[in-house]
Amino acid sequence: MPLTFYKKPALVVYVTCGDPDLVTTREIILAAIEAGADVIELGVPFSDPVADGPVIQRASERALKGGACLSQVLTLAAEVRQHSQSAGLIVFSYLNPILRLGVEKFCKVARHAGVDGVLLTDLPVEEASEYLEAMRANDLAPIFLAAPTSPDARLKKIAEASQGFVYVVSRTGVTGARQNLADDAKQLVRRLRRVTKLPIAVGFGISTPEQFAETGKFADAVVVGSAIVETIERNRGREAEAVAEFVGKFCSRQLQKA
Amino acid sequence: MATVPRTTNAKVPTLSSTKNVDLRMGHPRGSSMHNLPGRFGVYGGRYVPETLMAALDELEREYEKATRDKKFQVKLDELLRTYAGRPTPLTFAGRLTRKLGGAKIYLKREDLLHTGAHKINNCLGQALLVERMGKHRVIAETGAGQHGVATATVCALFGFECVVYMGTEDMRRQELNVFRMRLLGAEVRGVDSGSKTLKDAINEAMRDWVTNVRTTHYLLGSVLGAHPYPTMVRDFHRVIGREARAQILKAEGKLPAAVIACVGGGSNAIGAFYEFIKDKKVRLIGVEAGGRGYTLGEHAARFRGGSPGVLQGTYSYVLQDGAGQIATTHSVSAGLDYPSIGPEHASLRDSGRAEYVPASDAEALEATTLLARTEGIIPALESAHAVAEVMKRAPKMKKSDVVIVNISGRGDKDIGILRENLKID
Ligand SMILES: Cc1ncc(COP(=O)(O)O)c(C=O)c1O
Repeated sequence: MPLTFYKKPALVVYVTCGDPDLVTTREIILAAIEAGADVIELGVPFSDPVADGPVIQRASERALKGGACLSQVLTLAAEVRQHSQSAGLIVFSYLNPILRLGVEKFCKVARHAGVDGVLLTDLPVEEASEYLEAMRANDLAPIFLAAPTSPDARLKKIAEASQGFVYVVSRTGVTGARQNLADDAKQLVRRLRRVTKLPIAVGFGISTPEQFAETGKFADAVVVGSAIVETIERNRGREAEAVAEFVGKFCSRQLQKA
Repeated sequence: MATVPRTTNAKVPTLSSTKNVDLRMGHPRGSSMHNLPGRFGVYGGRYVPETLMAALDELEREYEKATRDKKFQVKLDELLRTYAGRPTPLTFAGRLTRKLGGAKIYLKREDLLHTGAHKINNCLGQALLVERMGKHRVIAETGAGQHGVATATVCALFGFECVVYMGTEDMRRQELNVFRMRLLGAEVRGVDSGSKTLKDAINEAMRDWVTNVRTTHYLLGSVLGAHPYPTMVRDFHRVIGREARAQILKAEGKLPAAVIACVGGGSNAIGAFYEFIKDKKVRLIGVEAGGRGYTLGEHAARFRGGSPGVLQGTYSYVLQDGAGQIATTHSVSAGLDYPSIGPEHASLRDSGRAEYVPASDAEALEATTLLARTEGIIPALESAHAVAEVMKRAPKMKKSDVVIVNISGRGDKDIGILRENLKID
């Protein structure tokens, strides 16, 4: 299963699928992988993204205007998988589109498409029993979020339900770039390590190679989301190129360090 | 688009031909941490980002403790009595009854409460909880502005900082309430995304809460959202039905044949219904916004065009498209203009214990005029939907039957829209 982080820190790249359109999203993803991204989070656009800041909200709106939907994201995943065997592919979604398709059907199609894992922002572990069953049956890794506000008892449940890795939310708040990363993330990773051996990815608010390197000192993987989506927004017509350049900055940094 | 079969005991309906798997995600958990029923049949639950889970647990614990605390109840009762103006009267609508020529109509007068709607019942209850939790910042969403005004009011009363999120479309149509909130010291933040109405205001309030959860309480204004909100908000409104039941027994010596209430999120309706649920002969009738017609996007009748799904923390009926994207809605009344409905209503509807019908914009406007001219009461446009249903139903009922209509709020806030639509000056 490609959900293995070969280098440390591994780079996880989030894109909102269908922004600006699905063909371009595929080019962007392949360019990001080529430039060194280890795992791609395929964001499914949703009409009511309560966990997202303005950048991803705008991207979702654009994607929905273009008619993007969950089944197309799964088709896109299959296409990406044909081109890249090594990259990890994670579907990143709100729960309702999955429910609408049907959880079991979703898991089957996702597995078939070569998806490795799924992260649902608004599905906490307590509500996940049937989802977990379907995920397990289809050999998909459920990835759950851990937040700075999660007490230790919850971290344990989250770690137990997760496979592949645990996604640490670096701070309370929605997605979006921040100047300063709070101490929250480091502390949370420390607390989480006590209850799990799974690798830990840290995300939310990481936008610069400096922050990436900083976070990489204590995390196994670092997620860059809004900064990628913003790069796409700002580079109409040359999205894939711009993303490749952007990702390259993170990966060359790594090379320098090595 | 297929419409939902409106039979009782209907199986979970679907919009499209693709089979919508009824997940029953996370049955009643039964663990000691969750001994409040967070589920109403298969509906309800807690579907929020992880960041909020600890805060919901804290709120649930605090609420459980408060319900067992005599002092809390005494304090709340006193505020309801001496500040909000409870009990509210049950008014016999004599001229309306004669005009419609059927069942005897009584009005439960939540419009007479301080701030002009039932919303204050819930706001006072939650404010006391905020005080217990030691938080100082309160956020809220508002549609019609009534919940925003009630929240701003209790924040002034308790000395909390108050931020209210409101869709810019709603700010336009309920501008009087925007000013009232500001006068009360609240900050009103306009929300420009989506359809610029209640749903979008809740999204933005949730984003604020995710960010500031450590210091902030989200004072949700209806029986929506993640557990414990649907249960807690219902309990704060149960006083409506408790009073009404005693009042009608005193006035008529018998139970009503029906209780009618409008349903946005469903707080005034569940409050009015709850004490009557055990009285199996009392029909419980919720009225949704039929808007301009039954094409998706033109109404907010969740039981007409909706199907089960998750929106903003809870599993209930949702107006959505085939891909699970939430539909836009329309209603002349901002307080009913929302694509989902409280999970307990979904359960009452599936079990057949309550029935839900739509009333159109035009019917609500007509009902407003009728109630104003027969009883001297200008209802909120939301409440006018309930009046519209009694206009259809009372003439077909026996003269010996009694009906209670919940007048959830007064129409002062709607004067602008009424002027635009009624063209009587
Ligand atoms: C007067 C009045 N009635 C009803 C509603 C609808 O809310 P609910 O269904 O929660 O009672 C509102 C909401 O703004 C309102 O202001």
